[in-house]
Amino acid sequence: MTDIPISHILFVSTALFFIGMYGLFTRRNMITMLMSIELILNSVNINFVVFNKYLYPDKLDGIFFTIFIITIAAAEAAVAIAIIINLYRSHRSIDVETAEEMKY
Amino acid sequence: MTASQIIFYILSAFILGTAILSVTTTKIFRSAIWLLFSLIGVAGLYFWLEVEFIAAVQIVVYVGGIVVLIIFSIFLTQQSGKEMVKPPMLRLIASVLAVLFGFALTYFLIYKNDFQAGDKSFDWTVNKIGTQMLATGENGYALPFEVVSILLLAAMVGCIVIAIKAPAEVSSTGTNEQQPSNIENLKEKEIVEGL
Repeated sequence: MTDIPISHILFVSTALFFIGMYGLFTRRNMITMLMSIELILNSVNINFVVFNKYLYPDKLDGIFFTIFIITIAAAEAAVAIAIIINLYRSHRSIDVETAEEMKY
Repeated sequence: MTASQIIFYILSAFILGTAILSVTTTKIFRSAIWLLFSLIGVAGLYFWLEVEFIAAVQIVVYVGGIVVLIIFSIFLTQQSGKEMVKPPMLRLIASVLAVLFGFALTYFLIYKNDFQAGDKSFDWTVNKIGTQMLATGENGYALPFEVVSILLLAAMVGCIVIAIKAPAEVSSTGTNEQQPSNIENLKEKEIVEGL
């Protein structure tokens, strides 16, 4: 396993993070923005597991953080989708540009 | 090049390729399916890292839960075959530049830091994870565990409250004092309509 340098695995997670950032910047549909956030959380999880496995192999804290992040991501997705469906009922649209009542 | 290296590079290309397709395709349903493949690829990466427990959790929660939830909400909110509007060219160029510069800076920092793997092998078992997760002493994670369970309960109640259909206006404001006035209003309306 050590024949792959750590920086190559971190390359994958960094690239995944910035792909998620790109989706967050360009998309204006709330569901696709939520998908980008899932990609970002996944890249963070990869980082936690890799650092735990290679740098601190006698501890388990990275695994715990990964488990908690996955749990909170599930809760966050459920709440976000409830809000999106409610917004769609009142506005007939899930574009972030049309939901601007909170701005004023 | 060993088989392990080849598997890692194939997995990485798969994850990144499907992730890029997921954020660039114009049909929202395809975007969700590409996201599904990307998450499965991440689970494969966990298998490659020999952390099978996290890989199983990833498949169960992300692939089995979140993506299915997203697909359902797509079906509830819009026509899945419809093309999404493309972002304006200026925003596209600006976001590509921002992302490229951010990636270059971050990867430069990682490359300069030069992390070195230790010789020890990673020893985890589900038994150890469970014991430490519910331990109350030093390095125990009992408190975060309980906090997360409360958070899940709050999220569940919050989802039901947010997504429930609001009852009709008359029944929601129907207290004892207001009901007569409502009835009077209704009678007045009937009278006016009758006239």
